[in-house]
Amino acid sequence: MQLTQSSVGRKIIMAVTGIVLVSFVCVHLLGNSSIFVGADAINAYAQKLHSLGPFVWVFRLVMLAAFAIHIVFGIQLTLENKAATPESNMQVKRLKTGFGAETMIVSGGVIFFFVVYHLLHFTVRVTNPEIYVPLGDQGMVNVYFMMVNGFKGALPVIAYVAGLIFLFLHVGHGIQSLFQTLGLSNDKSLPVMGMFSQLVGFVLLVGYVSIPLLIVAGLIKI
Amino acid sequence: MKLKLHIWRQNGPNDKGKLETIDAPNVSPDQSFLEMLDDVNQALAIEGKDVVAFDHDCREGICGMCSQVINGVPHGGQERTTVCQLHMRKFKDGDEIFIEPWKARAFPVIKDLVVDRDGLEKIMQAGGYTSCHTGGVADGNALPIGKPIADYSMDAAECIGCGACVASCPNSSAMLFTGAKVAQLAVLPQGKIEAQRRVMAMTEAAKENGFGNCSNHYECQASCPKGVDVKFIAKLNREYMKALVT
Repeated sequence: MQLTQSSVGRKIIMAVTGIVLVSFVCVHLLGNSSIFVGADAINAYAQKLHSLGPFVWVFRLVMLAAFAIHIVFGIQLTLENKAATPESNMQVKRLKTGFGAETMIVSGGVIFFFVVYHLLHFTVRVTNPEIYVPLGDQGMVNVYFMMVNGFKGALPVIAYVAGLIFLFLHVGHGIQSLFQTLGLSNDKSLPVMGMFSQLVGFVLLVGYVSIPLLIVAGLIKI
Repeated sequence: MKLKLHIWRQNGPNDKGKLETIDAPNVSPDQSFLEMLDDVNQALAIEGKDVVAFDHDCREGICGMCSQVINGVPHGGQERTTVCQLHMRKFKDGDEIFIEPWKARAFPVIKDLVVDRDGLEKIMQAGGYTSCHTGGVADGNALPIGKPIADYSMDAAECIGCGACVASCPNSSAMLFTGAKVAQLAVLPQGKIEAQRRVMAMTEAAKENGFGNCSNHYECQASCPKGVDVKFIAKLNREYMKALVT
């Protein structure tokens, strides 16, 4: 009860689910980066994931739970915070906080819609069914072909770049925030955590965005 | 100096309130901000107008009573300075100055710049007592406390309870105040006995009294007139987790 209702308890839940989500985003980028090695590498990586069988579904359920909990508590805490400040001063000058920190609910919302689109695009295969061609006779999809053709139009490229800019803003505040929430920071380490947080966000942005941009530039092609 | 003041005027918690422009034609750079307001009120009183209500007490930066958001920053934005220690030499002739009260659901406006900060007292009350042995006076050195711990506790105890942390927080969270009060006792042998009950009760009292949740903006430390560090919020979080698992 304390954990799910108190102010600090719910922040701890936000931090823990945040760790799960950001860890996944980092591992996902590592997996995606096999596209730089070539078609065989990313297809082999996809094959490896599919060979895990039921574990993939366990993993997906854990991710879904973390995602849902993070969103529900995030919205709840934000609404409480807005209610605690019914009226602002006519003049407000912030000394320390930044754009990313003040817009966590907005960046979180954009990321939610981006994830839905991303799943429809590459996982559920609704938005662009033409990009799927079979690979072998094991029911596998040619993932390299799917990615290169998936970024043929302007819309997916713009959607991915925009989504990842918001991910950068969200993670840039989120990582240092979770260290503070879990009590893992002090006056010496907090500024370092802040820089680390921004760095991770930036690496994720550059890493992820480089794939559609290199495809658009014709450097990754079939 | 001649200044144009935009001062928040509000008759009570249910009044809408608005900014009123008042000229301060003869301000000395050697005056403190509150002395300048005293002169403004003197002029208003002579004219038979309603004077500006504002909180003040010690006027030497230690009581935590003065509570004004000046040009959008609690206490005016001069590092580690309360309003009473802010001097008019920090302003220029012809400046326009916005003077507003703390704004938070937990701090209803009583009148003009005076707000009810009872919520902070409720958090303190929830903190409760610290156990001590009765009987004769204890020997001075019977309970040794290391210098780093004593310093840490004293740094937390610097909090004067003015509420600038709440006023500066985008979420109106009182977590720096609560963190400082929890931390100052949690590291001392006298405070450790009730530490777990205290952290739970104080964080709950903060929520019950209408304060928001901390989302790590660190505006509180930046505007704190005593420079209380957000490491005490991390300490509160550690104490909270300790209390949860034991």
